[in-house]
Amino acid sequence: MADRGDGAGVSATYVEEFSAISPRENARESWVQQLRRSAMDRFAQVGFPAARDEDWRFTNISPISGGTFQLAPADVSGVAAARLNPYLFAIPGASRLVFINGRYAPGLSHLESFPAGARVRNLASAYSADGAITQRHLGQYARPERNGFVALNTAFMPDGAFIHVPAGVDLGAPVHLLFLTDARSAARAIYPRNLIVLERGARAAVLESYVGLDDVASLTNAVTEIVVSEGATIEHLKIQRESEHAYHIGTAHIHQERDSRSTSHSVSLGGAIARNDLDVTLAGSGIESTLLGLYLGRGRQLVDNHTAIRHAYPSCSTREVYKGILDDASHAVFNGKVFVTPEAQKTDAKQTNRNLLLSDRARIDTKPQLEIFADDVKCTHGATVGRLDPMSFFYLQSRGIGLPLARRILTYAFAAEVLEEIPFESVRLGLEQTVLRRLDEQVSF
Amino acid sequence: MLEITNLHARAGDKEILKGIDLTVRAGEVHAVMGPNGSGKSTLAQVLAGHPAYVVTEGTVRYEGQDLLDMEPEERARAGVFLAFQYPVEIPGVTNAYFLRAAYNEMRKAKGLEEADPIDFLDLLEEKLKVVEWGSEIMSRAVNAGFSGGEKKRNEILQMAMLDPKLAILDETDSGLDIDALRIVASGVNSLRRPDNATIVVTHYQRLLDYIVPDHVHVLSAGRIVKSGGKALALELEARGYEWLTEETVPA
Repeated sequence: MADRGDGAGVSATYVEEFSAISPRENARESWVQQLRRSAMDRFAQVGFPAARDEDWRFTNISPISGGTFQLAPADVSGVAAARLNPYLFAIPGASRLVFINGRYAPGLSHLESFPAGARVRNLASAYSADGAITQRHLGQYARPERNGFVALNTAFMPDGAFIHVPAGVDLGAPVHLLFLTDARSAARAIYPRNLIVLERGARAAVLESYVGLDDVASLTNAVTEIVVSEGATIEHLKIQRESEHAYHIGTAHIHQERDSRSTSHSVSLGGAIARNDLDVTLAGSGIESTLLGLYLGRGRQLVDNHTAIRHAYPSCSTREVYKGILDDASHAVFNGKVFVTPEAQKTDAKQTNRNLLLSDRARIDTKPQLEIFADDVKCTHGATVGRLDPMSFFYLQSRGIGLPLARRILTYAFAAEVLEEIPFESVRLGLEQTVLRRLDEQVSF
Repeated sequence: MLEITNLHARAGDKEILKGIDLTVRAGEVHAVMGPNGSGKSTLAQVLAGHPAYVVTEGTVRYEGQDLLDMEPEERARAGVFLAFQYPVEIPGVTNAYFLRAAYNEMRKAKGLEEADPIDFLDLLEEKLKVVEWGSEIMSRAVNAGFSGGEKKRNEILQMAMLDPKLAILDETDSGLDIDALRIVASGVNSLRRPDNATIVVTHYQRLLDYIVPDHVHVLSAGRIVKSGGKALALELEARGYEWLTEETVPA
């Protein structure tokens, strides 16, 4: 490939940057440093994914792989608390960890008291304070071998959130992780890294928000690992509303053990290129997992969702609904992999991807990918691409509703199926307003 | 109020209405009857502006305006209401939101402010009684997962809220059990006034026991082949449609 040489050159700049900020290799270096160093070695070998990689075939990342995005500056000062207000949800009792350009900002954060033994803190402080747990889990699920982005995140990962909920404990109100980028992140990279561990029977709800305060072309390369131990329950919500000039590559891995439950919501609004990889590993029987996603594209946005669900034990059920609304010359990619190993009998897996095209120039590449090696299973999948239903238009018009409002109502209704499952009312209402506002800007006559 | 003259309409290549003449005055109830495929539902939908039909000939005057020249929403705002034979399901939009949106669009068209939310709720509570419903129905998505009877009642609720001058009921009785039929019919009757009119499109005479028409028209193969008083409906019930449709066969 023509960009191969450039790619290698680009990789070298990241290697140099890593060397510049890392201590010299030595025999006594910490496990984190070893993890970082081996991840950097990995990146130096593989570089960024190329178009020939099947998983990146429809997603041209050359604006990312062709640039050199140095670490954003560590200064978290100078962001007025009031600037956060539009992105907070009035959830009673909720805590928030705020990160400015990838660095923890304790002054903007707010921590309620948590049940005994529960930990909610920034990850950088947890390496020593909660060393045993972080060492046991960090990098074990979203492994650097996965691709160059995860490797690079693992090499740099300046900070992120660490949440640990001990056995049988309910963390209570949701924890909001708010990653803000501002003008200082222009042409720079941020590497949020989150580790969420729920021990047996624990419960937690976590919101991850990515917000662009200024309209700049930053690169967010985020990795979140979530461990849901036996009988534990997690609600996870990711909201990506960065600048439409920004690049966002997010990798999340949910590792579920037997009889656990997970619900993942993903709402993707921002980014010139936004890629969300979500892997769910079902490492036990009797697991339930739900994956819900909504993505909106306009202008020339590219939004790509890759999900992979691995059924390796019997009697697990998964349900996945991803919906997209695409306007202008936007382009969306959906790839939904479901693997069912021969051991995973009585698997129940449902997958749907529905897309609404509001413009002739909008494009969707949707690909359900089911690989089923067990015979006693119930697996369904379906993908649709369409326009608003003319009969629904007529019905609304016949009630006096004009075309602009009819279009707004019907477009929103399409999105609502996903949003209405968001469990926290203030978040649901807030996001409904955000989506409606966005559609109002988008719908033009 | 409504004057239909020589109305021809087709869907795709198929001509369905082949010259309808019908005049409806304020205060009247007209029943349009006929066998399946006679064009009676098409007539109802053409009057509401259904995009699947193309009018090829004829005129429709409504309150002095050219109805065919108006968009469906303009017709609705001018007081034309179609109760759908198959009400459309709109998952994701609550009945409450939908009704308020429609109600306010109507008000805006009349140059009025949006309704005060409290006033709207008061009116809604009153109109829910027309269809013997509690307010729980308002938080459900429009027609989504509704039974056939619930959908028809929802149409009558919308009609009650939007207070049309000309209501067109398209086979509103189809698929209703006797209780739902009674509720729907008494709802329609309670909305009758000297200054509005109703067109009841139906296959069966049954509904006309409850909504008593002033005029009955029989449609066959896209034309009105017979008009009469309410006794005609009873005659159709007794004799079926064949004697009329045979009359129209050219010699």
